[in-house]
Amino acid sequence: MKNTPPETTPFFARDRLWHPPAYTPGYKTSVLRSPQRALISLEGTKTEITGPVFGHNILGEFDNDLIVNYAQPGESAIGERILVHGRVLDERGLGVPGALVEFWQANAGGRYRHKKETYLAPLDPNFGGFGRTITDENGGYYFKTIKPGAYPWPNGVNDWRPAHIHFSVFGHGFAQRLVTQMYFEGDPMIKICPIVNTIPDQEAINGLIAALDMQNTIPHDMRAYKFDIILRGRRSTFFENRKEGN
Amino acid sequence: MVQPLNYLKESASQTAGPYVHIGCTPNFAGITGVYPEDLGSGPMVNENTRGERITIRGFVYDGTMTPLKDALIEIWQADADGFYNSPSETRGKADPNFFGWARCPGDMATGEFVFETIKPGRVPFRDGRLMAPHVSFWIVARGINLGLNTRMYFSDEEEANAEDPILARIEHRVRVPTLIGKREGDTVTFNIHIQGENETIFFDI
Repeated sequence: MKNTPPETTPFFARDRLWHPPAYTPGYKTSVLRSPQRALISLEGTKTEITGPVFGHNILGEFDNDLIVNYAQPGESAIGERILVHGRVLDERGLGVPGALVEFWQANAGGRYRHKKETYLAPLDPNFGGFGRTITDENGGYYFKTIKPGAYPWPNGVNDWRPAHIHFSVFGHGFAQRLVTQMYFEGDPMIKICPIVNTIPDQEAINGLIAALDMQNTIPHDMRAYKFDIILRGRRSTFFENRKEGN
Repeated sequence: MVQPLNYLKESASQTAGPYVHIGCTPNFAGITGVYPEDLGSGPMVNENTRGERITIRGFVYDGTMTPLKDALIEIWQADADGFYNSPSETRGKADPNFFGWARCPGDMATGEFVFETIKPGRVPFRDGRLMAPHVSFWIVARGINLGLNTRMYFSDEEEANAEDPILARIEHRVRVPTLIGKREGDTVTFNIHIQGENETIFFDI
């Protein structure tokens, strides 16, 4: 990809019927945090089609190994050891190289290391719960972690989050900025989660469920889950607009 | 039958949740020793950065005018000459001493965000007309299902604002002031209202 000239075209329009709408009363916090007026459409100007580039120099040696990056020397996090891997692609199916991918999660008992977290499950002294990596020339990435636990949260009286890992992804343009969550194949909690169910389309939900990938396990060490992340694609040609009527 | 287009669909967004700080600003969240510093934290300028120093500060309010105390705000802007520090910037080379992107969590007690930056130059719109100086904002938090995009323009740029092609297309002129950061001295105050009477204009970018 290094020899490819940078792309300067606008991104495909975002399909807002595919994403969760802003107002989703089943997820109570969204009620007062959802704009009620129509968004103003703003097709990509330089501001939206450009974005920062993060270099590998920001990465520490264990930034993509949550099992050890917070652990005392010789110790490791408690839980089911897993490898999460996949590619960051765009809607054209092209790999997105150099994408910064950040991730955070609860520990194996479903507890986050955060001062506002009140769940009674214990903290794991050797688990911080976050990491980051930058995709390779094909858009590939991986990290090692432990499988997070499910946990109850204050929404309905008996709402639980399925096991999940949060992702924050930077593509090549600020308009590609995306935050999402990864779920695990076979988890019966997914279909009853109010946050999952903010997404109107079952196919869109399926796209967030990582498959167990037995071809990529590390023998006698950890199982693998494959999770591809799709960012907005770019138009292939830049249609210059004529002066606007306003 | 026709040939299939074979486009993929963008991964659906999910809320950043209440603990976005763990992943994006762990030192701010009190988890030290893993990252030397939080990405995008601190001043965006050094002594060699070109341009006029400004501080942008504000709050993100919900529909009851309560400030969010768990939001994460990112900004992206051009340098003093209107160039973006990005490979997709093909018009010229941006100031190497200005990255142009920063990230700030709202204060956990008050919700306030602060960016120490420079005032950006003007960037051309797609047809060549100049846009007024502006800073692009992206806001995520618990309860926000898909990141919100808006822009901050500057109150001391009335003339440029008047000819900005984006501001010009806003039908409800009464809403335009929601996009204007109020400049007093070196401080520009920009409050974001997610909902309510003064709901900020958000963009589908």
